[in-house]
Amino acid sequence: MNVLQVFLTGLSLSAIYALLAVGFVVIYKGTKVVNLAQGAVMMIGVYVVFKLNTGLDFWIVALIGIAVGAAAAVIIQLILSLSKSHDHLVATIITIAIDMIVTAILLVEMRDLMLYIPGPWADAVIQIGGAAMPVARVAAFATAILAIGAFFVVFRYTTFGVRMRAAASDPETAALMGVSGRSVALWSWGIGGGLAVIAGIFLAGFPGAGLPAFGSALAFAVIPAIIIGGMDSAEGAIIGALIVGFTESVSRYLVAAYAPWMGEQIAIVVPYVIMLIVLLVRPSGLFGSREISRV
Amino acid sequence: MWTRYILLPVVAIVLLSIPFFQPRDVQTALTSAVAFAIAAIGLTILVGVGGQLSLAHGVFVAVGAYGYIVLAGEPGVEDRWGLGLPPVLAAIGGVALAALLGLIFSPVAARLKGLYLGMASLALIFISEYVFTYVTPLTGGLQGRSVQQFDLFGIPLSGSTPKLEILGANIDGIARLWFIAVIALFLAVWIGLRIVRGRPGQALQLVRDNPTAAAAIGVNVQHAKAEAFVVSSAYAGVGGVFVALYSQVLTPETFNIVFSINFLAMIIIGGLGSIGGAVFGGAFVALLAFTMNKLGGTPLLPFIDQTGLNGIPGGTFSTIVFGVIVVLILVFEPTGGAGIVRRIRSRRAKPSPVAPPQQSHDTDSRGAVPEKTR
Repeated sequence: MNVLQVFLTGLSLSAIYALLAVGFVVIYKGTKVVNLAQGAVMMIGVYVVFKLNTGLDFWIVALIGIAVGAAAAVIIQLILSLSKSHDHLVATIITIAIDMIVTAILLVEMRDLMLYIPGPWADAVIQIGGAAMPVARVAAFATAILAIGAFFVVFRYTTFGVRMRAAASDPETAALMGVSGRSVALWSWGIGGGLAVIAGIFLAGFPGAGLPAFGSALAFAVIPAIIIGGMDSAEGAIIGALIVGFTESVSRYLVAAYAPWMGEQIAIVVPYVIMLIVLLVRPSGLFGSREISRV
Repeated sequence: MWTRYILLPVVAIVLLSIPFFQPRDVQTALTSAVAFAIAAIGLTILVGVGGQLSLAHGVFVAVGAYGYIVLAGEPGVEDRWGLGLPPVLAAIGGVALAALLGLIFSPVAARLKGLYLGMASLALIFISEYVFTYVTPLTGGLQGRSVQQFDLFGIPLSGSTPKLEILGANIDGIARLWFIAVIALFLAVWIGLRIVRGRPGQALQLVRDNPTAAAAIGVNVQHAKAEAFVVSSAYAGVGGVFVALYSQVLTPETFNIVFSINFLAMIIIGGLGSIGGAVFGGAFVALLAFTMNKLGGTPLLPFIDQTGLNGIPGGTFSTIVFGVIVVLILVFEPTGGAGIVRRIRSRRAKPSPVAPPQQSHDTDSRGAVPEKTR
């Protein structure tokens, strides 16, 4: 294991985390809800891909899975919109309960089954300057840049993006100008859900061993990223994802090399410790708007 | 008034007579219900009365449990830490450790608002999960660690010696623990009611509803928030000591993220901010899985199978059931939802000179705006 290897691993992890983190942030910007059922949405999509991934073209299957994940997220938003309270904290607690329900159903359905999605790149590995890099992770990195890049272009330069930003920054005025908050909410949940499934497909493939029934908990690894970045900043989410991805990669390397007795799980914990420190210094993250603390 | 003089003794007598006509497994399940109920009272004081959202209540329960185990544990057995304290002192110590962790975390809690506090508390869950799994001298690692029996001045209260038989029923181990648990529950409810209805509760509610006004009339806001966290953690610690005692062997996987989130489910099902509600919610969540496993395979619930081989395990199915209940309550039960809004939101809502409160409410509920304008 060399420095380049640690760097590449960190970069590829960051790419997957960035997909998940931007998914959280889109939903948060659109509706001020932290969708703690993102992991459940991811698992639903990955489960569909896993079930259909027998002979059919991978890309078609992946698209179906992403669409199902987007639909699942939209359904959750529809459930939330039924709520009489219209409070984002209540909504967030509802998403925790939905996550519990979906995870329990998956446990019944999957038992010990692991959702492994090899993808067209299977377990191929390329050598970059003495470091081994799974092709799947290269693909994850490329996909993350494409997907997040496309999102930023849409967000910045299209009418739809303008509507979204308007509804996110001032929903009342936006509504008066004819922007439907409801459609913005549904679209942001759909996009967020789709991004989660894209990340999930990569998490379910090589070099991992597949996702277990309780794989939705993996989405919680991204919470430090969105908190460190600030929950309503997509740029912050990406920087948060980089911090978490590299922290995880570096601490995994350091623990394996110098302190194996600490156990690999420490790599999951370190980002949370960083998150607590950041929160003590800046209660709404590095790039989060102060408005949240006032709410 | 009649409830105090008639209902209370009747409930007490019924509860205390349970070991005489119920088998051991029911006694264990009921003891777990009491442990969860006591811990849930703490969370409802914190979230319901104090307006501070914590997703990590289970961590404080775990600290109480492991605190008892380590303090009461025999020193020098294998490589496990143990102080060999008398169990009574160990139980008090376990509660104190849980309260101490609450005190340590309270500055974070006082500084953060709403969702950020909820997310910060997630950090506690993952950090503690790591500690419980990898610090094996403390917890015994994945194999778990056996729990020292409870005694009072040398009289064993959770073992089976000396043999004690009353009215033909063998009052041993869990039955003796059950008696202590019932007494603890009554004390916990009594103290909880005094806190909520008395001056501390009123101060806490004022802090939640209007921190500026609270400070103006001389309430120390930071102190009140920290006290709420400490009291809540102490309750969790008491629950944790009972969890340790009825479990006999404790493994770290008991205290996973679902364990923590279940406490949120308990106080929501029971009705937020209500001590009685917390007791009901705690008992409901604790007993649902047990009841379902008992009824599993019978014509009533043919699809439940404890082993999970021929059907759905009761625990998994009850998770689905109370997940659905939580969603339904929060979506359709206006006071439930409104209660949370009032309690968690109001501590953050500062009266703004520009915008009237009503308007700031609308600004936050993105989903509500288009429906109103359409």
